[in-house]
Amino acid sequence: MKIQQLSIFAENKPGHVAGPCRLLADQGVNIRALSLADTQKFGILRLIVSDAAKATKVLEAGGHVVKTTEVVAIEVPDQPGGLAAVLAALEGSPTNIEYMYAFPFGHQGKAVLIFRFDDPDSAIKTLQGKGIAVLSSDVILKG
Amino acid sequence: MTKEAQPSFHPASAPDFVPAPLLRKLQLDRLQTIVKHAFENVELFRHRVESRKLRPGDINSLADIAKLPFTTKVDLRDTYPFGLFATSLRDIVRVHASSGTTGKPIVVAYTQKDLDVWTSVMVRSFAACGLHEGDIIQNAYGYGLFTGGLGAHYGAESIGATVIPISGGNTDRQLMVMKDFGVTAICCTPTYFLHLIDRASQMGVDLKSLPLRAGVFGAEPWTQSMRKHIESVTNIQAFDIYGLSEIIGPGVAIECPNHDGLHIFEDHFYPEIIDPETGKVLPDGEEGELVLTTFSKFAMPMIRYRTRDITALVPGQCPCGRTLRRMRRIGRRSDDMLIIRGVNVYPSQIEAVLLEVEGTLPHYQIILTRAHGLDQIEVQVEVTPQVFSDRVGALEALAEKLMDTIERVVGIRIKVTLVEPQTIQRSEGKAKRVIDKRAQS
Repeated sequence: MKIQQLSIFAENKPGHVAGPCRLLADQGVNIRALSLADTQKFGILRLIVSDAAKATKVLEAGGHVVKTTEVVAIEVPDQPGGLAAVLAALEGSPTNIEYMYAFPFGHQGKAVLIFRFDDPDSAIKTLQGKGIAVLSSDVILKG
Repeated sequence: MTKEAQPSFHPASAPDFVPAPLLRKLQLDRLQTIVKHAFENVELFRHRVESRKLRPGDINSLADIAKLPFTTKVDLRDTYPFGLFATSLRDIVRVHASSGTTGKPIVVAYTQKDLDVWTSVMVRSFAACGLHEGDIIQNAYGYGLFTGGLGAHYGAESIGATVIPISGGNTDRQLMVMKDFGVTAICCTPTYFLHLIDRASQMGVDLKSLPLRAGVFGAEPWTQSMRKHIESVTNIQAFDIYGLSEIIGPGVAIECPNHDGLHIFEDHFYPEIIDPETGKVLPDGEEGELVLTTFSKFAMPMIRYRTRDITALVPGQCPCGRTLRRMRRIGRRSDDMLIIRGVNVYPSQIEAVLLEVEGTLPHYQIILTRAHGLDQIEVQVEVTPQVFSDRVGALEALAEKLMDTIERVVGIRIKVTLVEPQTIQRSEGKAKRVIDKRAQS
């Protein structure tokens, strides 16, 4: 149920996101989703890729620091209230959202939300208990 | 009001002009006295002298000083806090301290007579800068454990000037006081004065129109080009003053209006230049490490103290008539100590913090630049897998913790920037930890 997300440290300078993306492209690794967290001083590039193990190897060989974390993907209707319903389901749960991002997915009027929880297992339990489907990595990686 | 330098002779300066043969005689007499005093009262010194099969009575000429062992900053650290004191604490009326190579400061001590000597060399320093009774001296050296503030303060009072003990910082207030009080001379670090110049121009204060005519700048190395800049934009005369806590504080050496080297008050501080590698004494004119012996400091005599400052003694006599030998202004040091805003910073301190906070030592580099006339220091640290996190807050907290810990150890806040792995240049031999870009800016 949990999905592997790769994070890469990037200095806040021109061209510093292009480098890792190029490395992945050259090795045929597809980026399925990404988000860039930036501060004044640095950025963190977060990626969900078609082959996390291969991507990690390629990026580390290219001199990047890569951290793997488990995130949770949820599919919602791509319409008003899609996100709100998920957040409502999480209300009252002890789990905390560290950060999240969203992207439109496929072509059936769906969007996917990626959540980084401090406790992904308890979050999945809460969500499933409220009837919200958590996507498996197969779905995300194959599309 | 005139901005011209006053005649450099002042009654307090009389010892500066003692005929050389008499000066040498006085030096030998004082050397013998202080060696005997240190031998009798400082265990470390006595052991070292005895292990060389020497007695104080073996010092029969000034050249014999080369037989004596060196004292280093490590000795001050190892005997922290009071191990090198040569008088009982009852006779010590003041201590100062400065940062050492590790977390512990080094401590120095003064008897009342030692303080009187210090005041007298500061008076002679100010006199050499053409200052006198009636001057209004703004003392922007830091007051406290640092020797700069109080050293300059008592000298300025003693020469009969009006002293403004404003201490460092609060630039706008410094400028207001300088303007409103009719300040005629300022004491501070040269980089701080450059900062004052920049701020004055932002605030529309024309320094050339003020009565300010002299600056006594020290506590860190500076350059001839900084002097030219300072003098051209302010019309003041900029004097280089040299000193270090271990020897006494400011007032070890001073420029006269000829600005060709700094006269060492060698009736109290005996200079030698040595080869820093071999320890061999070099003749006047050759460049090497400055070694100083205090003739007149009884609470904590320093015999052959290795300053780590690289300079040369200037051959020949100065046209000003002083018989005191001159040293070239300090351009560099033989160790890796950095002086930032008057504070001693060692790369080893930064390294110890990185190791402590991160658990392993990351690649890092210390970058020195100059902006708005002030030295800027930044530590760039490569992000390692051990400390990297996908959460922004965790990385920001890491940088913050590094800055807090460095501030606790070093005493000043230093910017820490996280950089990508492999971006700091690796070197084949000794890692180049300090990149000094100050000359470029």
